[in-house]
Amino acid sequence: MSWWPLIKLLPQKTNLRFVSVAPILGAISALACVASLFLTLYPLTPPCGGLNCGVDFRGGTVLEFTAPQPVDLGRVRSLAGSFGLGDVSVQNYASPTDPSGLRSVSLRFQTPTDGSPAATVTRVRSTLTQALGALTFSRTDVVGPAVSSELLRNGVIALLVAIALVLGYIWFRFGFTFGVGAVTALAHDVILTFGLFAATGLEFDLNSIAAILTIIGYSINDKVVALDRVRENLRKYKKMPLGEIIDLSVNETLSRTIITGFTGILALMVLAIFGGEELFPFSVAMIFGIVVGTYSSVYVAAPLLMVLGVRRGDRDAAEPLPPSTSARVARP
Amino acid sequence: MFRASRWKVALVTVAALLGLLFTLPNMVPTGALPGWMPSQRLNLGLDLQGGSYLLLEVDTAALARERTTDLIEDVRRELRDARIAYTGLGQANGAVSVRIVDPAQVAAAQRVLGALSQPLPDNPAVQTLRVQTAPDQRVRLAYTPESVENDGRRAVDQSIEIIRRRIDELGTQEPSITRQGATRVVVQAPGESDPERLKNLIGQTARLTFQMVDDTVPLQEAAAGRVPPGSVLLPQEGRPDEPVLLLQRRSLVTGEMLTDAQATFDQNGAAAVSFRFNAQGARAFGRATTANVNKRFAIVLDNRVISAPNIQEPITGGNGQITGNFTVETANDLAILLRAGALPAPLTVEEQRTVGAELGQDAVDAGLLSTALGMVCVVVFMILAYGWLFGGIAIVALTINGLMLLSAMTVTQAALTLPGIAGLILTLAVAVDANVLIYERMRDEVRAGRSPLTAMDAGFNRAIITIFDANITHLGVAAIMFFLGAGPVKGFAWTLFIGVFTSVFTAVMVTQVLLGWWFRAAKPKVLPIA
Repeated sequence: MSWWPLIKLLPQKTNLRFVSVAPILGAISALACVASLFLTLYPLTPPCGGLNCGVDFRGGTVLEFTAPQPVDLGRVRSLAGSFGLGDVSVQNYASPTDPSGLRSVSLRFQTPTDGSPAATVTRVRSTLTQALGALTFSRTDVVGPAVSSELLRNGVIALLVAIALVLGYIWFRFGFTFGVGAVTALAHDVILTFGLFAATGLEFDLNSIAAILTIIGYSINDKVVALDRVRENLRKYKKMPLGEIIDLSVNETLSRTIITGFTGILALMVLAIFGGEELFPFSVAMIFGIVVGTYSSVYVAAPLLMVLGVRRGDRDAAEPLPPSTSARVARP
Repeated sequence: MFRASRWKVALVTVAALLGLLFTLPNMVPTGALPGWMPSQRLNLGLDLQGGSYLLLEVDTAALARERTTDLIEDVRRELRDARIAYTGLGQANGAVSVRIVDPAQVAAAQRVLGALSQPLPDNPAVQTLRVQTAPDQRVRLAYTPESVENDGRRAVDQSIEIIRRRIDELGTQEPSITRQGATRVVVQAPGESDPERLKNLIGQTARLTFQMVDDTVPLQEAAAGRVPPGSVLLPQEGRPDEPVLLLQRRSLVTGEMLTDAQATFDQNGAAAVSFRFNAQGARAFGRATTANVNKRFAIVLDNRVISAPNIQEPITGGNGQITGNFTVETANDLAILLRAGALPAPLTVEEQRTVGAELGQDAVDAGLLSTALGMVCVVVFMILAYGWLFGGIAIVALTINGLMLLSAMTVTQAALTLPGIAGLILTLAVAVDANVLIYERMRDEVRAGRSPLTAMDAGFNRAIITIFDANITHLGVAAIMFFLGAGPVKGFAWTLFIGVFTSVFTAVMVTQVLLGWWFRAAKPKVLPIA
C-alpha cells in the first residue's frame, strides 16, 4: 500500500510562494475586517448593534414548552400580549420528543423593567397553563436588565484581557515585533468571527463569547507554531531575506497545519451535526475560527513581520529565551 | 535524552490506572462496583441534569429606606418621652430631620437623639448614626456609610441562612446557595420540578406582624388621604367588600416571636396555619388581647392583611390559628416560611435559568453521541495519516488523556455543562496536535539526514518547546474564561483548563514512553512516517 500512511502523500518539501500573494490578501483581509466591524456595529443600537443577541446580553425571557396537542400560535401570542410585554415572539421548534414541532412553542419577550424580572414569568406560565392545558416547560430563561449588561461587560472584558495576555506572553517569549504581529492577526480573527455572527444572524450569547475565546486559544496556538519556526530559521539562515524565511517556515509547518486543522474541523463538524440546537452556533463559529486562524498565521502575522521589520544578526529581538527552556538540542 | 526511563514508565502507568479507576464509575450502573472502589460520578451541570439557577438580589436600598422609616418612629418616641416640642419631622435624602420648637431645648434634643446611636458591633470606633444640629434649630440624623454597609452585609448573610432553611424544608436534592458579590445570592437547585414554587418560597420576605385596627378615623376618610400619624393603610386579600384596612403602625407581636407553625384545618375544614408563640410573644399577645376585647386586630404578611378577626376574649395560651384564603399547598408554604423566619430585606429574582430534566437528558444523549462519533473520526484519521504504529501511539496517548480528563472532572466534582462537552471534544481533537508536532519534527530531522534515533530525539525535544509555548497561552485563555465567564461557560473553561494539563502530560510522557519501548524492541533502520 503505497498510499498509506497518508502522511507520505504530503510532499516532503513544498516551495509554495506564500508571501508573494500577501499584499493582495492583506488588502482583502483589511476590507473584510472593515466590513465585519460595520456589520457588527451597525445600526449602532445598544447593546448589540448588528449582532443577533440572545437574552444573555439583551435581557429578556425565553419560555419553551410542549403541549399535549398542537398549539395555535396566534392564541399564545394574544395571551402573552395581554400582559403588555411589548415585543413578543412566538415560534414552533422541533425536538426529539416532538419531531414535527407543532406541539412545542418557544416564547420570547422583553423582561418588564418594573418589579422582579422573574415575577412576570410566574403569571405568564399560569395563564398559559390555564388556557392550553397541562404544559411541560422544558426551559425558562429570565435575564434581568442589570444582569444582562453585566454579562455583556464581562464578556467584552474577557476578550480584551485575553488579547492583552497573548500580547504580553508573545512579547516576552518572542519579542515585541512578533507580539504585534500575533495580536494583529488575533484581532483579525476575532473581528471576522464577530462579522460571521452579524452576517449570518446566528444567535450571539454567552456560548459565543466562549467560542471566540477558544478561537483565540486555537489561533494563538497556531501562531506560536509558525512564529517559533520563523525564529528558528532566522537563526539558522542568517543571510536569507525575511520573505524567503517566512515562506520556508510556513512550508515546513504546512503538514502540521493541515493535519491539526483537519482533525479539529472533523470533530467540530460532528458536533455541529449531532450536538443539538444549542451547540450549533458554537460549533459553526469554531470551525470558522480554525479556518480563519490558520489563514491569519500565514497571511497576517507573518507578513506583518516584514512590514515591521525584524532585527537580525544579534540574539536579542528575536530570541529572549529565559534560561529555564534553553536546554535545547545541540545542533552539530 | 529521549528514553523510557523507569520512573517515566511508572508515572504513565500510575496515571493511566488512576484515570481508569476514577472514570469507571461513570461507565457502569450505580452499585455494580465493589465497595472499595470510588463511586463518585461526573457532576452534571444544571443544563444537563435539569434544575433551576436563580440569581437573587438582596434589596439593600429597601432595607435602608425601611431603617430610615423606623428611625422616624424612634425620634418621635424619644422626643415625646423627653417632652420636647418639635415640628417638621420627616426624611430627606436618606436622612431624618426634625425642627425643635424651643431653642433652649435643642441641646437636650441633641442629647436624647444622640443616644439612639450605637457603636457598630464589629467596629466599636464607628457609630451607627451621625447626629448634627443646624443653626435653625434643626436636628439631622443620618446613618453612617459604615453602618449602611454593615447592615447590607448582615442582611445578605441572614438571607442566605434563611433561604437555606426554607429550601431544606422542601426536601429537594442538595441545593447550593452561595454569595456572589456584595448583594447577591445564587441558588442552584438540581432536579427541582417546580421552579415557580421554589421562587415563591424564596422570593417572599414573610414578615408576619399582628397589628391593631385603627378605628379612630372612618375608613373612607383615611382612604381619601387623611391617615393619622402612626397609622398605615394596607391592602386586604380576598375581601372585595373591604379592600383596605387602617392599622396602627406599631405591631403587637411579630413573626420572630413564633416558635412553631404548622399547616392545619380550621373548624370548617378549610386550610389554615396554626402557630405557637414563645414566652415573650405569648405575654405580649395576652396583654394586648386583654386590653382590646371586642376590637379588631389584623394578621399582616409582607404588608398585606391576611385576615382581621375580632378579639372575642383574651388569648393568653400562646397558641393561635391564621385563617384566610388558603389552599393546602399555600398553607403549607406559609407554615414553612414562618418556621424559617423572615428575610431581613426583600429579594428580587434577577436571573432565572430552568431546564427540564427531559431536555437535559436530550442534551446528554446528543453530547455522548457527538463525543463518540468525533473520537471515532479522529482515531480513523490519525491511523490513516500516520499508520498503525505512530497513529496508534497517538491514539493511546489520546485515550489516556481522555481518561485523565474525565477522572479529574469526576474527582474535583466540577460541573460538566453542555458547552463543557464541546470543550471536551475540542480538547481531545486538538490534543493530537502535540503528537502531530512531534511527528512532523521527527520527519524534518530525518529529512535533514539524521539516523532514526537522533531524529526522534531531536524532533521530540524541539517539539516540546513549541508545545509548552502553545499550551501556556491556552491555559491563560481558559483561566480568563473561568474567572469572567458565567454559569455554563465556567464549566467549559474548567474542562479546557484541566485538558491543557492532561494533554501536555500525555503528549510528553505517554508518547515518549511508547516510542521508547518501540524503538528498543524494533531497532528500526527507518521511521515508518518518514
